[in-house]
Amino acid sequence: MIVLKKVNKHFGKLLALDQVDITMDAGKSYALIGPNGSGKTTLIKSILGMVIPSSGEIIVDNENIKNHWKYRDKIGYMPQIGRYPENMRIGQIIDMMKNIRRNIKDTDEELIQAFNLSKILDKRMHALSGGTRQKVSAALAFLFHAPILILDEPTAGLDPVSVEILKEKILKEKDKGKLIMISSHILSDLDELSTDIVYLFEGKIQYNNTIANLKEETQEERLGKAMAAYINQNALQHTLQD
Amino acid sequence: MARIIKYIFYDILRTRFILLYTLFLLIATIALFQLDSDVGKVIMSLMNIVLMVIPLVSIVFTTIHFYNSYEFIELMLAQPVNRKVIFLSEYISTALSLCIAYLIGVGLPIILYGVTPSSLTLIYTGLMLTLVFVSLAFLASVLTRDKAKAIGVTLLFWFYFSLIYDGLLLWVIYSFSDYPLEKLTVALVALNPIDLARIMMLLKLDISALMGYTGAFYQNFFGSYWGMLFSTGVLSLWIIFPLFLGTRIFIKKDL
Repeated sequence: MIVLKKVNKHFGKLLALDQVDITMDAGKSYALIGPNGSGKTTLIKSILGMVIPSSGEIIVDNENIKNHWKYRDKIGYMPQIGRYPENMRIGQIIDMMKNIRRNIKDTDEELIQAFNLSKILDKRMHALSGGTRQKVSAALAFLFHAPILILDEPTAGLDPVSVEILKEKILKEKDKGKLIMISSHILSDLDELSTDIVYLFEGKIQYNNTIANLKEETQEERLGKAMAAYINQNALQHTLQD
Repeated sequence: MARIIKYIFYDILRTRFILLYTLFLLIATIALFQLDSDVGKVIMSLMNIVLMVIPLVSIVFTTIHFYNSYEFIELMLAQPVNRKVIFLSEYISTALSLCIAYLIGVGLPIILYGVTPSSLTLIYTGLMLTLVFVSLAFLASVLTRDKAKAIGVTLLFWFYFSLIYDGLLLWVIYSFSDYPLEKLTVALVALNPIDLARIMMLLKLDISALMGYTGAFYQNFFGSYWGMLFSTGVLSLWIIFPLFLGTRIFIKKDL
């Protein structure tokens, strides 16, 4: 459903994405992991068209996204840091998004209910805590029954109860056959949520296979340990420069 | 597009700056009309305010607004919305709100106190200058990510067009005063929208006689139908070109 062909992205001299080739299919859930600054967010933003690749092709649902924008109504996106117009109220933001996506009558308001956002719809965005902002971002990502869900560190900053609510929701959507892409550092969460793993290091894809495969290769039970073993085997740590 | 313009418009109105600006223009205009009964003189004083204040307020307000709506722009970019539509909606809403403020602040009193050809020219040049400087501000805003830098660049634009350029022009005229410069100065004036607006105004005020031979030449050139068309065309280029360039950059920008 999402295909990247030889995608490169330079920021000045820095090579943020280096010949990224990947195919992602509907019905699977991809865990995008890698050290800080390895290009996870750049990869996500390239798929969304917020960052324009220096070269290469990105194809979403059989359509090259270059200079296109309509494909984005197939994507629900939860940003790492949700930035919203500060003096708008939660309710206004939700209404605005519905209005922008036009003709969608049946919206998925499950998360709005589960996070109790309906009680604080008249709160302004600048008055919200980081966690509440995350809840708003999550609710917006799931609002339109989008067949592709891209979640950038969805559980960071959420309290344990909300994390469980969100995880349940993600699993439910995965079972509906959606393509889910999650970037996170919390491997225990990804262990439950994902079927496949994409390991990004210095802009290159180092590992792209199913989680079951990785566990078998490394003879580990848990994803965290398996990943650590894999990284050690392949010496993929950042080396300190002197 | 209309939906997005609606939200940006709503956001601009909420900052109340536009209301204060309208009020300031309204009070200044009415005060000038109260001080003097000669409409010509009032328009002359108003012209000086318009040529200084309008470009400054337009360019600074637009830049600050653009950076303040970064969150909104980011939010829209993840939605099925065309980038060009986002950018042009920002332009239309900002330009429209500043133009309405000007029309109410300066246009309304002028209509109440009596319309003359010179006052109509004042309204027209004020609107054109607003659009020109909003365009320049949008160009400056997409060139850099840093708000302080962008405001610095826009202030530099303003200083250049309202002070520095005139100084350079005077220096050129003074140094080459032995040569016939009329045609050259017309060309040089076209490179500065504020000067162009000033000349359009002065010619309508019938004080071009004070400018000697050059004034007569300007009267002959800008006073004619073709001159009007020429200055409107040049001002339109000043609006369209920065906006076009800004859109091109914005479409390819990483956010």
